[in-house]
Amino acid sequence: MTTPASPKSGGTGHTASTWERLQSDRNWLGFWFMVPAAFFLLFFLAYPLGKGVWMSLTDIKIGRPGQFVGLENYEELILYDKTFLYATGFTLVYTAIASAIKFALGLYLAILLNNNMPFKSFIRSIVLIPFIVPTVLSAIAFWWIFDSQFSIISWFLRKINLIDHNINFLGDPLMAQATVIFCNIWRGVPFIAITLLAGLQTVSPSLYEAATLDGASRWQIFKNITYPLLTPIIAVVMTFSVLFTFTDFQLIWAMTRGGPVNATHLMATYSYQKGILGGQLGEGSAIATAMVPFLLAAIMVSFYGLQQRKWQQGAKE
Amino acid sequence: MASVDIRDVRKAFGAVQIIKGVNVEIADGEFVILVGPSGCGKSTLLRMIAGLENITAGEIAINGRVVNNVPPKERDIAMVFQNYALYPHMSVKDNMAFSMKLRKAEQSEIDERVSKAAKILGLTPLLDRFPRQLSGGQRQRVAMGRAIVRDPQVFLFDEPLSNLDAKLRVQMRSEIKELHQRLKTTTVYVTHDQIEAMTMADKIVVMHDGIVEQIGAPLDLYDNPANLFVAGFIGSPAMNFIKGTAKGGQFVAEAGFSLPLPKTGESVEGEAVTLGLRPEYIRMDPKGFAAEVVVVEPTGSETQVALHIGKDGQQQEIIALFRERISAKPGDIIHIAPMEGRAHLFSTKSERRVSITTV
Repeated sequence: MTTPASPKSGGTGHTASTWERLQSDRNWLGFWFMVPAAFFLLFFLAYPLGKGVWMSLTDIKIGRPGQFVGLENYEELILYDKTFLYATGFTLVYTAIASAIKFALGLYLAILLNNNMPFKSFIRSIVLIPFIVPTVLSAIAFWWIFDSQFSIISWFLRKINLIDHNINFLGDPLMAQATVIFCNIWRGVPFIAITLLAGLQTVSPSLYEAATLDGASRWQIFKNITYPLLTPIIAVVMTFSVLFTFTDFQLIWAMTRGGPVNATHLMATYSYQKGILGGQLGEGSAIATAMVPFLLAAIMVSFYGLQQRKWQQGAKE
Repeated sequence: MASVDIRDVRKAFGAVQIIKGVNVEIADGEFVILVGPSGCGKSTLLRMIAGLENITAGEIAINGRVVNNVPPKERDIAMVFQNYALYPHMSVKDNMAFSMKLRKAEQSEIDERVSKAAKILGLTPLLDRFPRQLSGGQRQRVAMGRAIVRDPQVFLFDEPLSNLDAKLRVQMRSEIKELHQRLKTTTVYVTHDQIEAMTMADKIVVMHDGIVEQIGAPLDLYDNPANLFVAGFIGSPAMNFIKGTAKGGQFVAEAGFSLPLPKTGESVEGEAVTLGLRPEYIRMDPKGFAAEVVVVEPTGSETQVALHIGKDGQQQEIIALFRERISAKPGDIIHIAPMEGRAHLFSTKSERRVSITTV
């Protein structure tokens, strides 16, 4: 032999055993690397999801295995459970209002922070604070701020003689809904602002200069250059924001537990109340499973939205 | 079309003076190139003409109107950026039409101007593509198209060719020149590449450290550089400088040989002077001084030779460019002399040229 054979083409000498091939083959190697991640995904995500869907099709209760009942739980929820319908409606309203305002504020804040100003990095890190404080802690703080007796806002407004009795922030259904939406916005804006700020910083300053020379005003630059160039990152960040808002649990549970009179129940909190606290595991699972179509729809909208932007795709014709 | 007058313009960023009093007059229709090493202030000056930078002191006038406080969009100028600054989310057509759309021009007029500019630049088949789908040269053309569509008073180019490969650069160079000859729009062009400046400009402004070193036609700068900086900057390979003293009508090199002194306008007897010798004006001469061949680089059309001149221990390397093919090998000794009337003499102290033009 004059030419050295590479290990892979050494088929003439001896046939490698299956085990040896599994060790050296590139595709199999990739497979081995994926195994740990796949295990975690299957065991901690796919399995609970599948189990949840299965439970929603049974009449399982705490302490009783339960039997397959088909779609009875869903029927029960949709036809007879007013609270479920109300919670679903409120979840949609909560998500829509909170996401829209978070987006508007986040974008505005990002543009503000993108300007040159003194103490730039200090201000940027301050903006992140609502995001890094654990949700439950900030929710408890808000609970006190909006308390019916000890609310600092009521106290202040009374001191300056704007009102003569405390505002019942969390006791009145409409007020409570507005309050929890406000808290969600407070918590969610930094994430959007910082992500959009990162997006803004990838826009080359010479594009703004070119647009200025082309005769664009500041508003026209925003409308024609900044906003379109941000759309990819807006699509991603708003998808996340909608998903997180829709599945919110901590904030509501820490502040109102769904009250007053179930006015602030989201699907997630209602599912918990029904399934874990009420022991109706089957129905609770059905409520949780009912969230899936909404979430899928949100993902689809963003997915097809992303596909539409031809200018982003590579140099292909 | 318009003239551009730059009068004693200064620019400071905080305490740092970038431009220290620049005067340039640009006539209507002229193609002027600002050239100089990086950091000389040429791009800043261009951005001041465009209105992207404030003018610290002095005046810039476009077509007789002082524009110091006129916002960029009212200056009626178009600029081609180094990175082209094409809007990535717009097609070629929309990129070119953007400024006219902002001005709310008629759709028919927009279409007409865009297709005319596209035709001039050979962009017609690419109008519906996005910048990502274009090659570097095509993007460059779109950037120029965007400028042409506006039919501005002045074109500004900020190192437009530096992101292209060498071959494309040569091609775009003549395309831009041709475009200027066709449109006759006043053009200010910034580059650090003196070849671009030499080949394209009607007038070159050589800048260095925030001041203008010399203004003139390309060949004028080449033949009559005002000082050591311009002499060394213009021309490739660069001019050789040999240090020495003027003594009894002779140039006595520090390296230990003497040459006839070029004619000077003033007496330099006894002063420290620098002899400037372009590589292409060195010829073989059996009666010349001896030089040792170090490296021979034939390109076919000419032969570039690196030579050591002077006594042992004080040797200096110079470059010579011969049109003929030479058979010398490294280590050989050849005899060379400057061509008659082609050597320049500079005062070493003031760096000014003291010799007078004889050719």
